[in-house]
Amino acid sequence: MGTINLKESEVSIREARLGSITGFNGTAGELVRCAHAGKLKDCSRSFSQCMGCSSGNAFCQLSMIKDAAIVNHAPVGCAGDFFGFNFVYRVGQMERNLPPTIGRYFNTNIEERDTVFGAIEKLQETVREAYERVHPKAIFITTSCASGIIGDDVESASNELSEELGIPVVACFCEGFKSKIWTTGFDSAYHSIARKIVKPPRKKTNKVNIINFWGSHIFDDILKKLGYEAEYIVPFSTISELEYISEAAATIQICPTLGTYLGAALEQVYGVPEIKSPPAYGVAGTDNWLRELGRVLNRQEEIEKIIKEEHEKIIPKIEEYRSKLKGKTAYITAGAAHGHAIIALLRELGLEVQGAAIFHHDPVYDNGDNTSDALAHDVNTYGDIKNYNVCNKQAYELVNILNRVKPDIMIARHGGMTLWGAKLGVPTLLIGDEQFGFGYQGVLNYAERILETIDNKEFVTNLAKHSSMPYTKWWLEQDPFTFLGGDAHVENYRTT
Amino acid sequence: MSKIIEQPRYSCALGAQQTVVAIKRAVPILHSGPGCSSKISNLIGQGEGYAGGNTIPCTNASESEVVFGGEGKLRTVIDGAFKVIDADLYVVLTGCTSDIVGDDIGSVTSEYQEVGKPIVYVETGGFKSNNYVSHDVVVNAIIDQFVDKFKKDSNVKAGLVNVFATIPYQDPYWNGNLEEIKRILEGIGLQVNILFGLESKGVEEWKTIPNAQFNIVVNAWAGLEIAEHLKEKYGTLYFHFPYLPIGGSETSKFLRGVAEFGDLDKNIVEAFIKKEEEKFYSYIERTADFMLEFRYGLPRRFYTILDATYAVGFSKFLLNELGIIPVKQFIIDDTPEKYRESIIEQFNKISEFRSAEVAFSIDGGAIQEEISKDNRKNRVLILGSGWERDLASNLGADLLIISAPVAYRLVLSCGYAGYNGGLRVIEDIYDRVLNTYR
Repeated sequence: MGTINLKESEVSIREARLGSITGFNGTAGELVRCAHAGKLKDCSRSFSQCMGCSSGNAFCQLSMIKDAAIVNHAPVGCAGDFFGFNFVYRVGQMERNLPPTIGRYFNTNIEERDTVFGAIEKLQETVREAYERVHPKAIFITTSCASGIIGDDVESASNELSEELGIPVVACFCEGFKSKIWTTGFDSAYHSIARKIVKPPRKKTNKVNIINFWGSHIFDDILKKLGYEAEYIVPFSTISELEYISEAAATIQICPTLGTYLGAALEQVYGVPEIKSPPAYGVAGTDNWLRELGRVLNRQEEIEKIIKEEHEKIIPKIEEYRSKLKGKTAYITAGAAHGHAIIALLRELGLEVQGAAIFHHDPVYDNGDNTSDALAHDVNTYGDIKNYNVCNKQAYELVNILNRVKPDIMIARHGGMTLWGAKLGVPTLLIGDEQFGFGYQGVLNYAERILETIDNKEFVTNLAKHSSMPYTKWWLEQDPFTFLGGDAHVENYRTT
Repeated sequence: MSKIIEQPRYSCALGAQQTVVAIKRAVPILHSGPGCSSKISNLIGQGEGYAGGNTIPCTNASESEVVFGGEGKLRTVIDGAFKVIDADLYVVLTGCTSDIVGDDIGSVTSEYQEVGKPIVYVETGGFKSNNYVSHDVVVNAIIDQFVDKFKKDSNVKAGLVNVFATIPYQDPYWNGNLEEIKRILEGIGLQVNILFGLESKGVEEWKTIPNAQFNIVVNAWAGLEIAEHLKEKYGTLYFHFPYLPIGGSETSKFLRGVAEFGDLDKNIVEAFIKKEEEKFYSYIERTADFMLEFRYGLPRRFYTILDATYAVGFSKFLLNELGIIPVKQFIIDDTPEKYRESIIEQFNKISEFRSAEVAFSIDGGAIQEEISKDNRKNRVLILGSGWERDLASNLGADLLIISAPVAYRLVLSCGYAGYNGGLRVIEDIYDRVLNTYR
């Protein structure tokens, strides 16, 4: 783990900062042991399929700040995700009863001659034009492979434009080639917010920061009960709200893969304590998390009361679901910490987790505290997970595994993966809202959706009958990790 | 002219990965950064197809490929692709990283070509152009490095034509459009290599490209480089129809043009046109009373924010067949300078009685600012993209989404080309109009 350094213009990538990896094959317990012993080695794949990159994840967090504009310093193709995020932004406006507005995103359109002569002037022109059109409270500049390799001095340009325009113009360095772990882009976005937007606290408030995507506002009630107020960041925040997240009483993360950097930065730089327990998924996980929340907010008694009440209410219902789900098998593919959360949920409900393909692994988070390790929590609470595979969205490996494992249900967290379950006739569930599974109620929410999905076989059965498969027969007969480079710590994958 | 882009509607040169995805059982292999492919799929993806989306092999260039070169990585990914992906054609496409650092992908790929593997390479570093331009570059590379090598013979087959019409996926309705174009060309007696989509026979069809009697380009400008290349390479002449033919009158004009160019049997051609027009205009006749009498307001003017092919095609159709009057037309495909004059000319004679004003701009934000100053004197129709939702609602306008990004529509076989496409336009426009009443 590294200490947070807001003087640097760029945050160092997760591979270097946290020792994160993208290739592993073994059991979850082995992974946790290696990680805690500092012995984790990455392995690369000699064959690979397209992934995601940091610039998309940085944009994800910056693009829904309500009064900011974004300039993407890149060829036009890098702006291919603008509309998708604009769509998400507008769905969120509907859910929050906000008037419709479009995301104000600009692309500098780097062309061939710019790669020879540099594109700083284009960048300046675009930032000025964005300012004229939008009059935002801040402008974020996201970089690209092209701008990075040609060596444009984006930091100096940003600083000059800040002076000129009188608003923060902030460089966010998120070149795609820099990191294999696209969640590094979250860190880039948060680094740019922490170093240029957030100000030192004037006072302490009763607000609690909730680092999340654009999920439902499930924390309002509980925090109100405890005398605190939820502040959901970063999407749907304003610049002036972000300026004083340093004044909050605590920071909650919906997913440490998302919020590791900002949570730690706020604690280390401004003394805002971070709730370090893994997020509240599953009953035991929720108990732990609530107790940590109670400790940090100094509300232990109230929390114990809540835990007792909720248990009485929820446990009988969970028992009911457990009996219905008994003996069912599941396979999971998801991003790191949220994948760990889903594993907890499934095992809480008594499903057998046959394996998981999780996009990357952070052996430690920026807070340097092993209590935040959600996978360790899974293993300690529910036992080891066999066939735990760190796999950065490599569909070919997933298809090979699913074809062998044939679970009763596949749970996916990200788009582009569900298709493979369905094509093989496996009912597949994707839930977008992280908050949906959070807390005690989240266990029930998930249970209900799993039952619905397992029950609804008609579509996938029919689809499987009429589907084509772009993978060769040879491949489906190989070991799924044929292309994964050597890793001394692990055995070969075996199906049971 | 300013080159910045707010609200992008097309992709970079690497966007031509979708051109490859649209060929049956073909797969792109990207030698690019890790996020390029999914950004392209996000904007102009709409479903994985056979081996698109997350299936696309990619070297996912990292710092070490940028510093030390990525040829070794490319080699192992090509090896893997041949083993893992079941395809008939593999097309290596580069991204910015490879093109800036100067990897020699030609020498890597030619090792596979020399042993007879169906593989092609093209440099498509994002900064080089956009996907309208690189579509032609990629098709030409496939012709030179694959078709030419695997062709059976060079004999000209009478009645066989190659069609270069819409850009797959950049045109969200490409598959439906190609189906209709193929249907009507077959109707006048031709055998059609449509080359992309479900109505194509895949690479076997591509291998007969050199045998065509002539080529047909149905596009304002994209596709012309292919036709020119084929003219040079195989001596195949081409017929250029510079916009999408929509509805009765323009489709018949298109077919007669093709027939004259190819010296086809007039009786067959006219019999087909007669049958299709009869059907088309019977439907129009049936709804004419609605268009004339509906008293609560129908759109009477239209803006387009489309590529040149669609803009001209829709303008002619809306004006001449539906009586909706063009306001200003905005062309957003970054039309190369040399083609602009002829497009302006099309708008100058948009009908017998009228010309329409046209502007070329790639900056959707600037276009929207201009349209938002509309005088609002009567109900207006906007043909644009998903970006136009608020603009339309602020103007009280009806919006038909034609251009990428579509997002608010699910497209399967819908197309707007030809006779059937014309009917579909009418249904879709008035469906949206009528849906505004409570």
